[in-house]
Amino acid sequence: MTEKLKVATTSLAGCFGCHMSLLDIDTRIMDLVQLVEFDRSPLTDIKTVGKCDIGIIEGGAANTENIEVLQMFRDNCKILVSLGACALNGGVPAMRNQFDLNACLDESFVNGAGVVNPGVPDDPELPSLLDKVQPLHEVVKIDYYIPGCPPSAEVIYDFLTRILEGKPVDIPYAQIRYD
Amino acid sequence: MSFILDGKNIPFKEGDTIMDAALNADTYIPHLCHDPEFVPHGSCRVCLVSCNGRYVSACTQPAVDGSEVESNTEAVNSIRRELVAMLFAEGVHICPACEKSGSCKLQAVAYYVGLLTPRYEHFNPPGRLDASHPDMIIDFNRCILCELCVRASRDMDGKRVFSISGRGSEASLVINSESGKLGDSLFDVSDRAADICPVGALLPKHKGYEVPIGQRRYDITAIDGAAAREPVKKSGKSDD
Repeated sequence: MTEKLKVATTSLAGCFGCHMSLLDIDTRIMDLVQLVEFDRSPLTDIKTVGKCDIGIIEGGAANTENIEVLQMFRDNCKILVSLGACALNGGVPAMRNQFDLNACLDESFVNGAGVVNPGVPDDPELPSLLDKVQPLHEVVKIDYYIPGCPPSAEVIYDFLTRILEGKPVDIPYAQIRYD
Repeated sequence: MSFILDGKNIPFKEGDTIMDAALNADTYIPHLCHDPEFVPHGSCRVCLVSCNGRYVSACTQPAVDGSEVESNTEAVNSIRRELVAMLFAEGVHICPACEKSGSCKLQAVAYYVGLLTPRYEHFNPPGRLDASHPDMIIDFNRCILCELCVRASRDMDGKRVFSISGRGSEASLVINSESGKLGDSLFDVSDRAADICPVGALLPKHKGYEVPIGQRRYDITAIDGAAAREPVKKSGKSDD
């Protein structure tokens, strides 16, 4: 039997909806694990990414930790896949890009409705927020894009199957959705 | 008189543009700023076709007898993808958070031309919203400057509520009222202009998500009217 392909996944500034959609392939995940081995992923709880064939990233880059993880994935994965609306264009978190970052922090933690103990969190362990939420392709080279919020289980499964079989990726019209 | 569009014979009459003739023959050429009710504008360039080997906008180019026009080819659609990608990068088009999603022509044309890959850095313009009108709201960052509302308000409603101010990347939609607010203008929800926006820039209030995402116009039928989609299943499950 040929060696299994190594796959890593992570969620940056996302909602884990894309990972939930991945799990929506249901019992077909049993077929998938015959072909792949998961490295770093919320599914394995492994915290560091090793040398992988495919890295799948959900969510955009909103803070310094996101950038660090994204760079680590790029350095270690032969193929990097942007999965879902937030990875492709920043998505809902990027709606803050229309406003000044300090104004957002002020609204959330200082002068917003219902705020108690006002003050912007400044624990040194917290990663710093980026000025703007960035789509992944603005930070590192991305090899494949799968749109959708979230992309359907079908499109994720078809994509992975094609990659694993070494076929060209062709997302059919009926599977292209941005919402 | 007739011309060939992607191998299909399209009849036309004197004075027709390529777009007029194609629409009359129920043949889709992608477009955003065009509507047969109004004078052609030729600004979005999405209706770009190759006519006898020369790129022209179908909505403004008079049809020529015996000409060969290519529209739905990879060469033409690859240029359209760039045009649409630029519109997405220039404004703020977060489909999952937009009430127009599923009935938005920008989105539907992007599906049609197969836009999967974001190409450009986002402009991230500062937020500009006008919620002053009791029945309509404007999100300026979704406006693609097609001028359909400008033309509808001027030519059909006789009000000139909308205009485009500035040039190039500075161009933006402006409202003709003392305060510059829609609520202080002559605009009314029954105006033709209220129902013409191809994107989510000019939206009606009080009816958000009346039709669920996944069951909207372009969720069911593609913008060219041909290909159909499966509606999204409510459970979110893909099989069984």
